[in-house]
Order: sequence, then C-alpha cells, then structure tokens
Amino acid sequence: MSIEVRNVDKRFGDFVALDDVSVSIPTGQLTALLGPSGGGKSTLLRIIAGLENADDGTIEIEGVEATHLPPQKRNVGFVFQHYAAFKHMNVAKNVAFGLEIRKRPKADVERRVDELLRLVHLQQFAHRLPAQLSGGQRQRMALARALAVEPTVLLLDEPFGALDAKVRKELRDWLRRLHDEVHVTTVFVTHDQEEALEVADEIVVINDGRIEQVGTPDQLYDEPANDFVMSFLGDVTRLNGVMIRPHDVDVNSTPVDGAVVGTVTRLLRVGFEVRVTVTAEDGHDVAVVLSRAEARGSGLAEGATVWLTPHRGALTVDARPAAGVSA
Amino acid sequence: MARRRRPSRAVGTLNGPSALGLGVALIWFSLLVLIPLAAVVSTAAAGGWDNFVTTLTNDQTQAAIRLTVVQSLLVTAVNVVMGTTIAWVLVRDRFWGRGALNVVIDIPFALPTIVAGLVLLALYGKQSPLGVDFANTETAVFLALAFVTLPFVVRTVQPVLEELELDVEEAAASLGASRLTTFRRVILPSLVPAIAAGAALSFARGISEYGSLVLLSGNLPFRTEVASVRVLTYIENGNPAAASAVATVMLVVALLVIVLLDVIQRRVSRRG
Repeated sequence: MSIEVRNVDKRFGDFVALDDVSVSIPTGQLTALLGPSGGGKSTLLRIIAGLENADDGTIEIEGVEATHLPPQKRNVGFVFQHYAAFKHMNVAKNVAFGLEIRKRPKADVERRVDELLRLVHLQQFAHRLPAQLSGGQRQRMALARALAVEPTVLLLDEPFGALDAKVRKELRDWLRRLHDEVHVTTVFVTHDQEEALEVADEIVVINDGRIEQVGTPDQLYDEPANDFVMSFLGDVTRLNGVMIRPHDVDVNSTPVDGAVVGTVTRLLRVGFEVRVTVTAEDGHDVAVVLSRAEARGSGLAEGATVWLTPHRGALTVDARPAAGVSA
Repeated sequence: MARRRRPSRAVGTLNGPSALGLGVALIWFSLLVLIPLAAVVSTAAAGGWDNFVTTLTNDQTQAAIRLTVVQSLLVTAVNVVMGTTIAWVLVRDRFWGRGALNVVIDIPFALPTIVAGLVLLALYGKQSPLGVDFANTETAVFLALAFVTLPFVVRTVQPVLEELELDVEEAAASLGASRLTTFRRVILPSLVPAIAAGAALSFARGISEYGSLVLLSGNLPFRTEVASVRVLTYIENGNPAAASAVATVMLVVALLVIVLLDVIQRRVSRRG
C-alpha cells in the first residue's frame, strides 16, 4: 500500500473535519476521494501532503512514517483547485521550480522541463506567463510542475473545479490517459460522482468526516454499503420503504401482487428517456425512468392508474443509515 | 460598387469623454506641477550660469545637499526592510493590539510636521527621558526622516501582501522550497513593485523634509543643515536665483532616484 492513513482526527474549533479516519491507498492507482462539500475530503488530502497537521493518528507514505514530516520532505506533488501558479515566472520557470530548488544541473533541468511540457502539451507556451494561459492550460502547467520533482504520490485537490464543463470533461479524459502513461500513485478530490466513476480505479466515499465506503466504481454503484453511498452515486427514489434506482422500477398497467398502486401525475420526455412521476396511494411520489419504447408499449398517460414493482434482481437499500444490502 | 468599410479608428485616438478626461487631468497637472517646476528652473536660469555654479560650488551648500541625499537614502533603505517587515506582521500575524498598530502607523504621516519635530525634540533632545541626546547631530536628521517616512512602504506593501494567495506558498513548500526560499523566489518578486513605489515616496519625502527636523537638528552649517533649510536661507538673504539653483538640483536628484527605482523594479519582476 502506498499511503496508509490510520485513525486520523482533525478538528477546526468545534467542527469535526475528520473523525477517526483510516484508509489504505494502493500504489500506482488513480484513487478518488469523493463526497459532498465540507465532508472532510480536502482536509484528508492536505493532511497527506503535510499542508495540515492531524490532531491525532498517523500517515505513512510508501512505507515512510510521514506524520510529522513538513511538506518539503514528503516528496508529494500537489495540484490546487485555483492553479497556485507563480505569476511572475513563465511556464518553463514554473515547471523548473522544484528542480532548481534541488540544485539539479542546468542541462538536466532544461531537458526535464522540455519533456514535461511535451507531456502536458504546452511546449509551445514555455515562455508565456500564467496570466496568458487559459484555465485548462494553467492546470496542466501546475500538473507538470508537480510531476517535475518525481513525487512518490500525486495529490490533486478538486483539480477541475474551477473549469467550465467542456474543459472539465476533456481534462478528465486526459488525466486518465496521462495516468496510464506515468503510473504515479494519484489521489484526487472531487465532489462530482460522474468524474469519480469515470476516471478512478478506486473510490473512497467520505461524508461528515467519516469514510462511508471504499471500492471500485462498479462495486460502489452496484453494491453501495448504505443509503448515503447509493444516493450520492446516482439517482434514487423510494418504493415501499426501500431505496431503488428509478430505472429499476417496473410499471405495470394491470394489478400485480404486492405492487405499489399509484396514479401517473407527470410524464416528461427527455431525449431517449421518459421520466414518470407516480403518486402512490399513501401520497408520496415515486420517480421512474423508462426508455421511450417501454413507455410507448405500456400506453402510459397522465391520470392512469399503475402498479409499481421493483425490477427483478434490482438493487434496493433500506432507507436507513448503515443498512445492509439486498439484491 | 460596395463602399469599403471605414478603416477602424487609429490607435491612440480618443473618444469624447476620454479626451475630456485627459484634457482636465493634463491642465490640473500642469497648473499644480509642471508650471511651478518650470518656474523654479527658469528662475535658476535667470540668475545666469555663473550664479548657478557659484551656488553649487559653495561648500556649505554642497554639505547640505550631501547630508540630505545621504540621510534620505539611508532612511529609505531602512524603510524598505522595516516597512516590509511591519506590513508582513500586520497582514500575516494575529496578535493583541494589531488593529491599534494598524491605525498608529499613519500618525507620523498625519501629524503636522512641526508637531512631529516637537515630539522628537522631547524624546531625543537635551531633556530626553530616555537619557539620549541626539540634538544637533546627523542622527537627529536621520531620526526625523525615519519618523515621517515610516508609513510609506508599509502602506504600499500591505494591500499587495493581502492579495497574495496562500496556496502559492503551499505549492512552493510541497515542491521542496524552504520558507526562506519561498519568500525570496515567490513572495518577494510579487512585492518588489510595491516596495519600489513606497521607497520612491519615502525618498522624495526625505529630501524635501523641513518641519520635523529643524527643531532637533539645530540647522548647524556643515553639520546638520539640510537642503531645504539652505533654500530658505537663500530666500531670506534675498537671493532667489541661488535658492532656485539648489531646488533644481534637488529636483534632478528626485527624478534620478525615481527612475532608478523604476528600472530596478522592472528588472526584478521580469527576472523572476
């Protein structure tokens, strides 16, 4: 294991940012720390980097006890949400910074900088100032700067958070491909579940200063440990006291045993899918998503009475915290 | 035949409001600064070249100019270090009385200079409660200049320091830079323009100071007499041409230093 976090506590005044957090982050993988804002994921990343000190607990990086090491000695690369560019240095100087600090020979620095700028596709911008770059380019520069010192781990704090949706998506794909090329152990913080599901090998879900679940994107989506993970990783609705994905609800136009009876109150077609709102007899709304073909086949219309059942083999989770999973 | 589009406005042409704004600014600047400066130079010139040379080769005048420039340079150098330090403490440190200190910094600037002179005389004069006596020494000139020019560097550096993002320093730290290296390579280059501006103000104020130092320095010829006192003496003796000659020299010195600081600032912030 590349990073071992054991029993870490962190408070800011009365606010508990991390509560007895332990997690192992595997070597060479791309791991996402996923969770809502204020859940403690950035704090955990900053504690790993040494930019924040844990009140209690230990951090080990590649077998080296790092709990009390200053950030300078941890050999981690850190990428910030708002780039943290050295504004008075050009792109090449920014990337060279860590190497110059280490007093590497000038020729080596130049060669390495050139190599990295090629890697992040900024070689033609070497002499520009950060202010002359777009947000996406600045973040690629920050990444090259962090990689220059050959860190044991690369930490990214909401790296695409300040970028617009299109650039975000491009950079996300690009980060995945870059990681496949460079293979440095990478941890990135995000609150965007799509980003985590798409890019990460492994996801650590953090909420309220605690770890909710650790697993591959498939495990988390298919076998959520509790209702929080289930609702954070995709849409959910309630049917008969359990949580279920809206596309796992079957709509029957004839009575079925054990079904929830309700009336279609809203039909909304969005592209290839149809979103149906059914108001059950007990008054609560159930959201259902059907394909266009299914909707047309069952002859649905607003005001119609329908019988709702979970799809066979569908994942449901009891709508209580830390409940077991049934499939 | 389709008419060609009119060529776009040439660079440097102004539209109505900007032209008016520029005009007003120039007239105001001319009335307040350019015309009086020109008058000083022309008065000096009217006295003739001989008078100019005689005035400037006068030993007492030379001593006064030298004292003024050297003490102003010294004070400016001290302000660059102390002013930056004070600004740093005010922005970065949290301590009891920080708000009060932040207000007190401006007092030397706000105080009428003759009041500042009285304060200095009471503190460092013959009846000093501190048991020191700087009256009638060069140190008196230095102290008075240091007192009145203290706020300049502090007030120019402070807002720039407040705008600096902490994550830039964290980035430097995670790349292996010590606190000192981070300060030298990342923070200082961002502060240099502000420091240079504060230094220019501080120097300009230093070579022009009169009120705060006359009481403590004693205005002894060859020892503690500064240029502005020398100018006053020439006026009182009915020799405005000589007064203007000294004034012109001080004008040139001020210009040189401001240009020099600008050059240094450009160099440093470009080098990175």
